[in-house]
Amino acid sequence: MSGARQDLTLAIAFIAPYAALFLAFALYPIGYALWMGSKLSLYTDLIADPLYLPSALNTALFVGVGVNVKMFLALLLSGFFMQPRWWIRALLVVYVLPWTLPAIQTAISFRWMLSGEEDGLVNRLLSLLLGIDGPIWFNHWGLALGSNIVFYVWKWMPFWTLIFLAGRMAIPRDVSDAATVDGATGVRRFVHVTFPLLANLYLVCTLLSIAWTMGEFTTVYFVSGGAPVWSTQVLTTLGFHYAFDVANPSLAVAAVMSVLPVLVPVVVVLLRKVEARTLQL
Amino acid sequence: MSGVIASVLRPPPRRVRLHRLVTEAAAVMLGILLLIWSVAPIYNMLLIALDPEEGEVEFSGNIWPPEPSLESFRVVLMQDARYLEHFWRQLGNSVYIGLMTMVLTVVVASLASFAVSRMPLKHGSLLTNASLLTYTIPVSFLIFPFYRIAHAYGLSNDPWAVIAAHVAFATPFAILILRQYARLIPIELDDAARVDGASSIQVYWRVHLPLTTPALGAIAMYALVLAWNDYLYQFVLLSSEKHMTLAVMQAQLFDDADPPWNAMMAAAIMYSLPPVAMFFALRRRISAVLTIRGSGG
Repeated sequence: MSGARQDLTLAIAFIAPYAALFLAFALYPIGYALWMGSKLSLYTDLIADPLYLPSALNTALFVGVGVNVKMFLALLLSGFFMQPRWWIRALLVVYVLPWTLPAIQTAISFRWMLSGEEDGLVNRLLSLLLGIDGPIWFNHWGLALGSNIVFYVWKWMPFWTLIFLAGRMAIPRDVSDAATVDGATGVRRFVHVTFPLLANLYLVCTLLSIAWTMGEFTTVYFVSGGAPVWSTQVLTTLGFHYAFDVANPSLAVAAVMSVLPVLVPVVVVLLRKVEARTLQL
Repeated sequence: MSGVIASVLRPPPRRVRLHRLVTEAAAVMLGILLLIWSVAPIYNMLLIALDPEEGEVEFSGNIWPPEPSLESFRVVLMQDARYLEHFWRQLGNSVYIGLMTMVLTVVVASLASFAVSRMPLKHGSLLTNASLLTYTIPVSFLIFPFYRIAHAYGLSNDPWAVIAAHVAFATPFAILILRQYARLIPIELDDAARVDGASSIQVYWRVHLPLTTPALGAIAMYALVLAWNDYLYQFVLLSSEKHMTLAVMQAQLFDDADPPWNAMMAAAIMYSLPPVAMFFALRRRISAVLTIRGSGG
């Protein structure tokens, strides 16, 4: 009888550090942010700022294109890496390197590949191999935004490829054997066998990645840096500017909170999927 | 019947062989493309770092270092260039934050997941499920309130503000992984230990902890990478020279017209090594844990 009480005390003691941390450093900041961004006049200020709407559009493009390209390629490539051959296994080790390397340093390197003072590695190769003059990458809105997206895909695609690879490995052997016997190969096998089995994992990962990518800061800050002339900013870098250059943190919170109409539905669907599938197995 | 056997024994028709050859060639092509894609920015880092002169590679577009040398690595190790005067202290600060984040995430998450999944705590999972919510909110959004909250807690310009932030954001995911992993351990093991007179603490220490070590390794890696990749929190929360981390120092160079890029890239390469080394050391464990996660979702 006293044993059960002791256990309860112990259980509470075990969970206390986490609960304290969660309340003080997660829940409280979230509540504080909601309070900071609750004044309606902030949002009229935002709309009035000519930087805001372009940044919101850039965020939508960055997330919409970046996440979908990254996820779809990761799904396809995970199939490629399933092949049990020595050179493909060795390649996988190199392929996951971008994920393990720190983001800032590789972003700076990527920036230098595109624009040195005269020419970066990419333009040099373009003129050597194809004989064309490469563009000035960060002088054009579309090219600069595209460069941000390419770096983002480079950095994060390996992680999701590993997740999908694990998902494919979890497909029971008899299912894939049966598919092989029935002659399902190539595209047909992918559409009718593999994808339906991975669909839920794919959806959960995509939603999670959308939520995270809305807050992407490092890529934009270090690859394009907002160039040309502030035109490739996203909401987080704009918020950073409001908070630390203009010293208006409430406006910064309002800027990032303006994604809530998109973020909240994504998170709701995500939590339902996760709860149904993994937490209460 | 004999026709079927004959058709099996016959070598594959030319069309099939050609098809195989084409698939094989396509796979090799894809492999080469992926290799170039993955390595290019890393190669560019090396290219700049191996250049003894400042600005020869990154400014004139050489695709091979004109005179490869390890000079810039020496410069970094000896703290012999602008910005790099405090390289070792800044690396030390990064290591301190990274290690503390790693250790605390593992300890806090391991205790909490044991309490939730193995002890008679009725609504404990409510807390861990609710915390998944914070996991889905982009970390960068919370820097703005966090900046003020650190002040309120008396943690302004204190590495512990950064560590607390990292641990708070890393634990929900760590607990999720641990709870999934703990399902693999039969509860009968716990019961058997209890029958033998083990207390709950002993069950945790002798049974649960040893059996969850693969997952703990993966979590440690995850927490280290989180801290190692961070710039925003370290920049905003640590303002003094004394606590500056290497990531923040490297970012400072953007405000300079003519910084020593080759030495910076050498420093970047050295900074990149710890997580890569840890990943390779823990590779098998990480893929084992990922598999479990995959099978869940």
